[in-house]
Amino acid sequence: MAEYYLRTPVSEEDVRKLSIGDIVYLTGTVYTLRDAGHKRALELIAKGEKLPVDFRGMAIYHMGPIVKKKDGEWEVVSAGPTTSTRIEAYEYDFIEKSGVRIIIGKGGMGKRTAEACKKFGAVYTIFTGGAGALGAKAVQKISGVHWLDLGVPEAIWVMEVKEFGPLFVIIDSKGNNYYEQIKGKVEQNLKEAYAKLKL
Amino acid sequence: MVGAGISPQEFEEKIKQATIKLLMAAAVYLPRDVKSALEEAYNKEKGELQKKMLRAILDNLEIAEKEKRPLCQDTGAILFYVKVGEKFPYMGSLPRILREATAKATELIPLRPNVVDVITGKNTENNVGKYLPWIDWEIVPNSDEAEITVMLKGGGSEAVSMMKVLTPAEGLEGALKAVIDTAFDAGPRTCPPNIIALGIGATGEIAAKMAKKGLLRPVGERHPDPKVAEIEKKLLDAVNSLGWGVHGTGGGPTALDVHVEIAERHPATYAISVMVFCWAARRATMRITADGKVTYPSHSFLEEEV
Repeated sequence: MAEYYLRTPVSEEDVRKLSIGDIVYLTGTVYTLRDAGHKRALELIAKGEKLPVDFRGMAIYHMGPIVKKKDGEWEVVSAGPTTSTRIEAYEYDFIEKSGVRIIIGKGGMGKRTAEACKKFGAVYTIFTGGAGALGAKAVQKISGVHWLDLGVPEAIWVMEVKEFGPLFVIIDSKGNNYYEQIKGKVEQNLKEAYAKLKL
Repeated sequence: MVGAGISPQEFEEKIKQATIKLLMAAAVYLPRDVKSALEEAYNKEKGELQKKMLRAILDNLEIAEKEKRPLCQDTGAILFYVKVGEKFPYMGSLPRILREATAKATELIPLRPNVVDVITGKNTENNVGKYLPWIDWEIVPNSDEAEITVMLKGGGSEAVSMMKVLTPAEGLEGALKAVIDTAFDAGPRTCPPNIIALGIGATGEIAAKMAKKGLLRPVGERHPDPKVAEIEKKLLDAVNSLGWGVHGTGGGPTALDVHVEIAERHPATYAISVMVFCWAARRATMRITADGKVTYPSHSFLEEEV
């Protein structure tokens, strides 16, 4: 379990060093992107249109913040991750086509995302679910917002973060998925759980 | 009786302000019972990764309280559980007051706008819409007070809620299996350690209501019926033996508690519902007397503040 302090944009080489169980603290620009944002981004890419931000080497965060406007500037109030499993349907294509290197969420992602992480050099990490206040503390400022027509949770928030973490590496670029390993153990425990209830 | 010297408008405004404070209390301060259970889990934890995660959870609570920020950005579906005395003077005004307070709290605290049109996907931006905030009513005979509990129910944990009508032959065994299967399938998605509730009754909505009642009960409090309490203890042990652990990392508790709430059933049905609350199990309660005195039994420290 090694600890890394990384700054975006990150290189493929830096990302490929990371292994499941490692901890990352991230500094630099992070873009929020949820279900609707992924969908729109992939539709635009398919049409050959330009995206509002360049994701190459960058980090996306599965997160819909609480924000407020103070003196005309957006401020983040609370910023913890949303469940990433919903985004599994989009993530392979998004990693391939956007060049994103670090995905931050919670709850885990599936086989297709793990495949893309291996093939294109990316990692899936989790920030502690529910820790919205801790997440917001790492945000230095919001430097932009796109696609606000999707609603506050689904817009792309451009956030400048400082030592955002701990982020736990759940899928590395070597084909490992930490949650799949745990799930294997839990499947073995299922019988025991039933037995305790005489089922 | 209306409080001496307070006009109806002033009284309604008082309830509204008190409700805004109730929503703030729920969004910012985790209830004592949940916080204690998390602290206990942290103190017991030996795993390095799990300890770090539980530390992040406790740090998060401290920051939220110090800076009065919502501890989780998903301030949930807003659910009000109202126990209102038949003689409470403002019963009829409560729905309007609760909706107005919710919209105002969304702007002031602020809360995340979480109310979305099911056809168009459009967000109402103020957390008010059709049947949201949800208001659940219980009328209390011979009382002139109101007790309002709010639950902020995050989407990630609600996503695994289930309701099913079993056959009586499947019965209790089927119900217990559903709890284990729900926790097994949920894995890391529901932000464990969780509070899990099983509701049983005659119809789907009764079972679901019983399950929600289970989520409202404090962690560590057992059902008054010893037979049900025994089932709860066994379920807690069984769920934790699955070993998903803190945020699905394979160590530490999967559930902080399991609660079972039962209603009577129909001879031909055995309706069950399983609901899960994330560790950010946000709920808060206030009481309003007929003369306008407001107290917060779940967050009594707030009573000192103006």
